[in-house]
Amino acid sequence: MKNAIIEVKKLTKKFGDFTAVNDISFSVAKGEIFGFLGPNGAGKTTSIKMLTTLLKPTSGTILLDGHNTVSAQDDVRASFGIVFQDQSLDDELTAAENMEFHGVLYKVPAALRKQRTEELLKIVELWDRRNDLVKQFSGGMKRRLEIARGLLHHPKILFLDEPTVGLDPQTRNHIWNYILDLNKKEGVTVFFTTHYMEEADRVASQVTIVDHGKIIAQGTPKELKKKAKAKTLEDAFIKLTGKKLRDEDASDLESLRNQKKMWRR
Amino acid sequence: MGPIYIMWLRQLKRYSRSRARMIGSLGQPLIFLLAFGFGFGNIYQKAGGGDYLQFLAPGVIAMAVLFTAIFSGIEIIWDRQFGFLKETLVAPVSRFSIMLGRTLGGATVALLQGTIVFLIALCFGFRPSLAAVPLALLFMFLIALLFTALGTALASQLNDMQSFPLIMNFLVMPLFFFSGAIFPLKGVNGVLTIVASCNPLAYGVDGLRASFGGESFYGMGVDMLVLSAFCAFFLGLGSWLFSKIQI
Ligand SMILES: Nc1ncnc2c1ncn2[C@@H]1O[C@H](COP(=O)(O)OP(=O)(O)OP(=O)(O)O)[C@@H](O)[C@H]1O
Ligand SMILES: [Mg+2]
Repeated sequence: MKNAIIEVKKLTKKFGDFTAVNDISFSVAKGEIFGFLGPNGAGKTTSIKMLTTLLKPTSGTILLDGHNTVSAQDDVRASFGIVFQDQSLDDELTAAENMEFHGVLYKVPAALRKQRTEELLKIVELWDRRNDLVKQFSGGMKRRLEIARGLLHHPKILFLDEPTVGLDPQTRNHIWNYILDLNKKEGVTVFFTTHYMEEADRVASQVTIVDHGKIIAQGTPKELKKKAKAKTLEDAFIKLTGKKLRDEDASDLESLRNQKKMWRR
Repeated sequence: MGPIYIMWLRQLKRYSRSRARMIGSLGQPLIFLLAFGFGFGNIYQKAGGGDYLQFLAPGVIAMAVLFTAIFSGIEIIWDRQFGFLKETLVAPVSRFSIMLGRTLGGATVALLQGTIVFLIALCFGFRPSLAAVPLALLFMFLIALLFTALGTALASQLNDMQSFPLIMNFLVMPLFFFSGAIFPLKGVNGVLTIVASCNPLAYGVDGLRASFGGESFYGMGVDMLVLSAFCAFFLGLGSWLFSKIQI
């Protein structure tokens, strides 16, 4: 593809005998809003981890902004920002300190850091709580902070792994508007996953559906709906994967996982 | 303000906010000062060793530094479990700077902890030549840096805290007991001196004791040299292993 900012070729990831990502290839054009959809366990997060240098592929190559994710990790890391699916905040620090920490790591100039921190914390309605320790936050508040932090620097590519899960509709709207604005004004390429199909339908310019580590459909939301002869993207998704999306189950699982982590501490 | 500084600052903030940890890790050194210092003092003196507390205090200070340092390094396991590690691993900063920043932070915390024990020892009657305090601080910092880096190296290979007791019992405790912290290396069984000479902490304790005006076993120059070499080695090893972490 011409002016592709992400190029994935024959990407495979095995955990022991289990193949989580199975020989997938795709590319994402610059400025695209790319929805990477699939049921639980499809291999979305595993793919994102490989795209963001956290995990080494078993085989295959990934080029991000022209840099190889295995051999040119530092260049790759300079080109993206990410909001992870699960927690990645330091809960012994305050909300403001978490923002500050991120801004310094990503070399956002001090004045801009201050200005954006205020703007973003206001968007996610945490400005009044900025000096509270994160461990005192509710799950939804942590999630909102996580997103605000991810948007503090403006990268070439923004990865969002189920960014809005568990958030109220109004906050979801604010956040997506901010991201769409970023995409339009600064040409930031957005690579996201979500279980909210109407969200994907509304924002994505391209959609790829994966299941069991394989790509099963690709196209614009419109094309996919047409292909599956479905009215909504949700119906198209169900027809294509033969599965119902169960985000409630997903969030239950997530809270279980977090509880387990708590106990271990 | 750079990435190394912010990593360092984070370690210090976490330390200053966790009073329980601060006080908790003073317990062991206190017990050693009390139980050994006063318990063995008499016997030691009768055996012609002089004032045991003057001998023991540097060892116990080194112990406080050792424990805090290893623990600071091992903390990476928690960062991994709580997810924060990911945030640092994807940042556009070389993993060496990340590792260096947090190791310097952990080492600073260990140095503070050692300083507190030093002050406590003064209250108990430890009387070093105070002119040598800067040199002693340097030795404490080297010990701190070395073992934080070792903790980091270990933690980057582990996924959870289950191996922690193993590390305490088979690494940290032996390091401490076979370092000459609680008994003089001079005149002990030959095997023990050989064991000690492979133990980086032995040089740390020896150097620390010497800088406080006590008798040195290896010689202060050798202590400094060996300690620095170990330190460089573990910093290298730690950052190499840290850079290989996958999540
Ligand atoms: N570290 C690991 N070790 C073993 N198996 C793993 C590991 N990480 C992921 N898997 C497996 O790989 C598969 C894909 O997981 P992944 O997290 O990529 O799914 P996902 O598409 O993000 O799902 P979800 O929608 O629930 O977030 C799952 O079956 C999971 O159990
Ligand atoms: Mg996932």
